[in-house]
Amino acid sequence: METVLRATWVIAYRDLLRFIQDRPRLFGSFAMPLLFLIIFGAGFNRIIGSLAPGVDFVQFMYPGIIAMTVLMNSLMSGLSIVWDREFGFLREVLVAPLSRTGIVLGKVAGNSVIAIGQGLIMLALAPIIGVKIDFILVLKLIPLLFVISISLSGLGILMASRMRSQQGFQVLMQIIIMPLIFLSGVFFPVNNVPVWLEVVSKFNPLTYGVDTIRQVFLNGNLSAVADASSDSSYALGVTVFGHTMGIIEDTLVMAVLGIILLSLAIWSFSRQE
Amino acid sequence: MDNGTNIIEIHDLTKKFGQITAVDSISFNVYKGEIFGFLGPNGAGKTTTINMLCTLLTPTSGRATVSGYDTSKQRRQVQRIIGLVFQDPTLDDYLTAEQNLRFHAYAYGVPKNIREERLDQLLELVELSDRRKGKVSTYSGGMKRRLEIARGLLHHPQILFLDEPTLGLDPQTRHYVWEHIHALRKQEDLTIFMTTHYMDEAENCDRIAVIDQGKIIALDTPDNLKDSLGGDVVILEAEDSQKAMLELEGKYNLSPQLQDQTITFSVPHGETFLPELMRSFQSKIVSISVHGPTLDDVFLKLTGHAIRDQEADAWAQFRRMMPH
Repeated sequence: METVLRATWVIAYRDLLRFIQDRPRLFGSFAMPLLFLIIFGAGFNRIIGSLAPGVDFVQFMYPGIIAMTVLMNSLMSGLSIVWDREFGFLREVLVAPLSRTGIVLGKVAGNSVIAIGQGLIMLALAPIIGVKIDFILVLKLIPLLFVISISLSGLGILMASRMRSQQGFQVLMQIIIMPLIFLSGVFFPVNNVPVWLEVVSKFNPLTYGVDTIRQVFLNGNLSAVADASSDSSYALGVTVFGHTMGIIEDTLVMAVLGIILLSLAIWSFSRQE
Repeated sequence: MDNGTNIIEIHDLTKKFGQITAVDSISFNVYKGEIFGFLGPNGAGKTTTINMLCTLLTPTSGRATVSGYDTSKQRRQVQRIIGLVFQDPTLDDYLTAEQNLRFHAYAYGVPKNIREERLDQLLELVELSDRRKGKVSTYSGGMKRRLEIARGLLHHPQILFLDEPTLGLDPQTRHYVWEHIHALRKQEDLTIFMTTHYMDEAENCDRIAVIDQGKIIALDTPDNLKDSLGGDVVILEAEDSQKAMLELEGKYNLSPQLQDQTITFSVPHGETFLPELMRSFQSKIVSISVHGPTLDDVFLKLTGHAIRDQEADAWAQFRRMMPH
């Protein structure tokens, strides 16, 4: 147990230390989410108008963009392992008296802190977009972002545990990231789409992550629109077998998935020589 | 040196990668406090052996103990008492020298009260104190290697493994690294286990195991290995190598070896043998030289090929394909 804890903190410490020194990554991970927010927002906002009373397209998309920022940063946990393997540092880690489970947990912990931090930085855009945020919302958001980050870090490490080259991992990441993002309800509600698209989206774990964050944001904003009795959040939410997922249920889906992915990641990482 | 205690014991250690046997049932002991050299061409199985000793690879069969701990069953205990310097750098380039060392100290659980003092002392030893706050990416190859040696010692290991510690360094830096290794052994009461394919470096070791194609073919002190040649080494080129070989074997009762038109053999006293040979040798000699025995000669004698010829053979290619 002692070696698991020491491994967790020492690996997390190093990843954070390194992140601070790595300026390009600090800014790079905002590029894609911001690009989507600005271009799609500018391009579609006027045509689409309100998706629900008091919620225009940018406001609808914005929580999804935060989830996307967390996703991109979480998958970096995998890239950092491949990077360390390629540049030799992983050997220094593997011959140290550290538990392999602890090493994986440390990668997850370090990257989750970074991912949550980056997600929260995106909150600075809220006033510009016209989304109300307050302290309570931020407090609610942190554990949710944490759950999303843990499951996706697990996915990143699972993908990376046998990968030997960064190029290979980057390709795999692109193949996985794009569908994950486009089919997660970031850009459109997944209920009012062709059946095939709906089915695929509902198998996508990120859908539930996006949905929790959106609910945290929009519930406050929607109730402010007086028409609280209408089912406006219903139309934008995720329905599984006729049941609309609430924040807790969404989070549970992500948490269960996170445990599975993380266990697989630990198993796969521990078996390598 | 305490010849009585074995710090490493290896019994029938074997590692196979698929059909290929990289290390073939080797057995030997390393004494506490010595500099033990593992000498062989690239791809002979040196790094594979080190990787098994430092718990990175699980042996296919056989066993090895380090300070009494089994390297595949008691990994954690083994990891705590060994320090490693690998062939390829394993530093984090984005961090400073200090940060790299601190990471290591945390990972090995070096107590806080001795950590900073130890750090200062080691940076002093490898003469990097003035660059301690510099990022490793700005370091030269030699500085990186010295930093890795300092890092390998940070947690007071009993044994330091050095895998080709001077590979890719210029002669001046190589000399410098060796000075550090000797200084270390005096200061730290260390056992050093190192691999090399530089013969002149192997001379620095107390004992040498010669490994070729996964097997140990000799193990002794450098002096004894050289003495085993039976005197000085004569290198001779003749117009007709085959004829010269026959004559050396028949008339002089020698056991010469032929490689690329060059004939090599040993005689007890080279200086007196040469004039005699010049007088009575029938074949036409193109060139001839004599020198005191070196480990290169030992290797040639033991394996029938020179150590550097092997660099590109199938074994070496296979090794390069293997994950580190």
